[in-house]
Amino acid sequence: MYAIHTDGVYWLYLLFSIGMNSAKWYYQIGAAQTARHRLGNVRMPATVTPPAAMPNIVYYFGTCLIDLFFPQAGLAGMELLKREGLRVVFPQGQSCCGQPAYNSGHRNQAREVARAQLDAFPQDWPIVVPSGSCAGMMRVHYPDLFKGDRDHDRAVAFANRVYELSWFLVHVLGFEQKLVDKGEKVTVTWHGSCHSMREMGVVDEPKRLLAGLANVTVVENPREKECCGFGGTFAVRQPEISAAMVADKIAAIGETGASRVVSGDCGCLMNIGGALDKAGKTTQAQHLAEFLLERCHGR
Amino acid sequence: MAADFAHRAHDALNNPQLRRNFRRAMDGLMAKRAVQFADQGDWTKLRARGAAIKARALARLPDLLEEFERKATANGIHVHWAETTADANRIVLEILTAHDAKRVIKGKSMVSEEMHLNAHLHAHGIAAVESDLGEYIIQLAGEAPSHIVMPCIHKDKGEIAQLFTDNIKDQPYTEDVDALTAAARTVLRQQFAAADAGLSGANFLVAETGSLVLIENEGNGRLSTTLPPLHIAVTGIEKLVEKLDDVAPLLALLPRSATGQPITTYVNMITGSRKTEELDGPRQVHLVLLDNGRSRVYADAQLRDTLRCIRCGACMNHCPVYARVGGHTYGSVYPGPIGKILTPQLAGLDCAGDLPHASTLCNACVEVCPVQIPIADILVRLRTEAAEPSASPAVKGGGGGGSVVENTVWRGWTAMHANPAAYALATRALALLGNFIPAAAPLLKQWTTMRSKPKFAGKSLHQLARDKGFDHE
Repeated sequence: MYAIHTDGVYWLYLLFSIGMNSAKWYYQIGAAQTARHRLGNVRMPATVTPPAAMPNIVYYFGTCLIDLFFPQAGLAGMELLKREGLRVVFPQGQSCCGQPAYNSGHRNQAREVARAQLDAFPQDWPIVVPSGSCAGMMRVHYPDLFKGDRDHDRAVAFANRVYELSWFLVHVLGFEQKLVDKGEKVTVTWHGSCHSMREMGVVDEPKRLLAGLANVTVVENPREKECCGFGGTFAVRQPEISAAMVADKIAAIGETGASRVVSGDCGCLMNIGGALDKAGKTTQAQHLAEFLLERCHGR
Repeated sequence: MAADFAHRAHDALNNPQLRRNFRRAMDGLMAKRAVQFADQGDWTKLRARGAAIKARALARLPDLLEEFERKATANGIHVHWAETTADANRIVLEILTAHDAKRVIKGKSMVSEEMHLNAHLHAHGIAAVESDLGEYIIQLAGEAPSHIVMPCIHKDKGEIAQLFTDNIKDQPYTEDVDALTAAARTVLRQQFAAADAGLSGANFLVAETGSLVLIENEGNGRLSTTLPPLHIAVTGIEKLVEKLDDVAPLLALLPRSATGQPITTYVNMITGSRKTEELDGPRQVHLVLLDNGRSRVYADAQLRDTLRCIRCGACMNHCPVYARVGGHTYGSVYPGPIGKILTPQLAGLDCAGDLPHASTLCNACVEVCPVQIPIADILVRLRTEAAEPSASPAVKGGGGGGSVVENTVWRGWTAMHANPAAYALATRALALLGNFIPAAAPLLKQWTTMRSKPKFAGKSLHQLARDKGFDHE
């Protein structure tokens, strides 16, 4: 093959090429050598398994958003668990999972807030969370957040005790079989939160619960799994894109003809419900726990 | 330049035609991909294999680059190393000049876009004509690609028809797709025949055999790399795979993820120039391997995952942000989720720092990535690199720390949430006074353009739990 490259300029290339190779710029990187056989990182939804034994006590982590804006939704989740005979413990020292700071890149601040939660939930009881997003932060991200920290082991143990509410109701309490719908006929649509589905792996559980209600018709929104556009600080940093996303979301919800949109995350509900309200729509946005409790009580 | 993301997003959001074009196109692509990966079990296994192949290749990258160079050189391919895009442009220009090449026909190459090669060649009197139909269209329009696989996806038939009428001699206005394709084909055939050199990218480089793998649908890639007497390929150092056997699983992932096709129409494997007994093929094949910041990405154990990318574009097809603002809004060669993690690393957080924030972290991209790049984790990592001060930042332009206002807000937030007494006090105050905060207050202002003001509850869940007699320990 070299025979055909007789022109002088080619040899210049060759010399140049040798010069470059001897410099081996891609070899200057230390990490290239130290982590040679390391496999890459992947992120799959959490693999959650029920507690080894049926618990009779659970912790409840209410989330900061519910605490301030939707306490009735939080309380409904606690009532549902209590109805199943569980002792529900709500530590008064709890505040926020730390996700707002974590997602904004302020890891140290996030860790300090997360550490306060580790302190607030000392016992080895399951921690039930009425939010897939906060549950995802605690179960999926705490181990990384505390890597190299004195509390790493405690954070890992904590993470493994975290359950999203609807998942816990279905897989631990078998709630689906126990549902008795005392409510009026109603048509609803479901909104799956991104972190619930894609971090906690909770996709079918809420819909199984809704399907268990005799008088509830669930109409699927074809864009059910598309993000509603909140994304924490995203709504402030990119307000116009966020607004466009929630506008599309409420339009899609409107097309289902449902009188209520039910979701398992109050972040999404604050966004979707707020947009519905601002647009003057009558469609109500409601947390799954509140909706389920209402159906059980027939009001 | 990417600092204007929000401004460009504003324009894009207010362009109904652009939004319609993207939404329709992305919906179609998502549906086609879903058909290809209908079996979740198969998909899970296949993508794990794809991720493992790329991770394994990256783990041995320095060795594989050397092995590839040895094998490719033995095959008669001239391998060049370019640390910067300026180096790559210079090398390509020198090769073309040495062959007195004036006309270059180009197959599709995103790395050549990264180099802004066409402009560089043009400045030196060399005409580079894009032969991929989408690239040809945007070249006529004087635009950059808006998608890494479908560069002119932002245009509809009418716009393309007008562009052809304006730019192609004797071309009547028609929106007939076959007629438009035929018109481009006629022009491009002449360009192929007249070209002194062909320029392409490469999807994979096989270290074991010293081969370039190039996939495409139109045959233009094959023509560009076989018809002219000189073939120059440009690609990034991360395209290496270990063995020929590694290519098949990646080919089973790439076109299905990208366009929902089981396989592309053409799969080209280039392992050298024309042999003495052969009647066609280029007489010389050159390969320019570009770093342009990739080795810095490589040096970090987490950020390295970025380099697994096989450029299928599934992340942008499934991105709710991309679907609404389109590719040009990103102001970078690589748009969408992969662009949001790659561009700030290559160009620097100081000039593309808003890209990692242009995401809701919805993870839709992570769910469909055929090589399982944890895009959301890397987005958060890049936000951290910008927010936390560092004397030796892992990412170019990072380590500057957040703004004074931002840092103060987060310190205040931490003080409130890390201490139960402070939290109790603050939430009590918010319950009493929160609803008096005007809708026009900072942060609330952006929220209330589209939504009602959130209402603080009179009693927090902490209080309700106490009132209802729930245990607290």
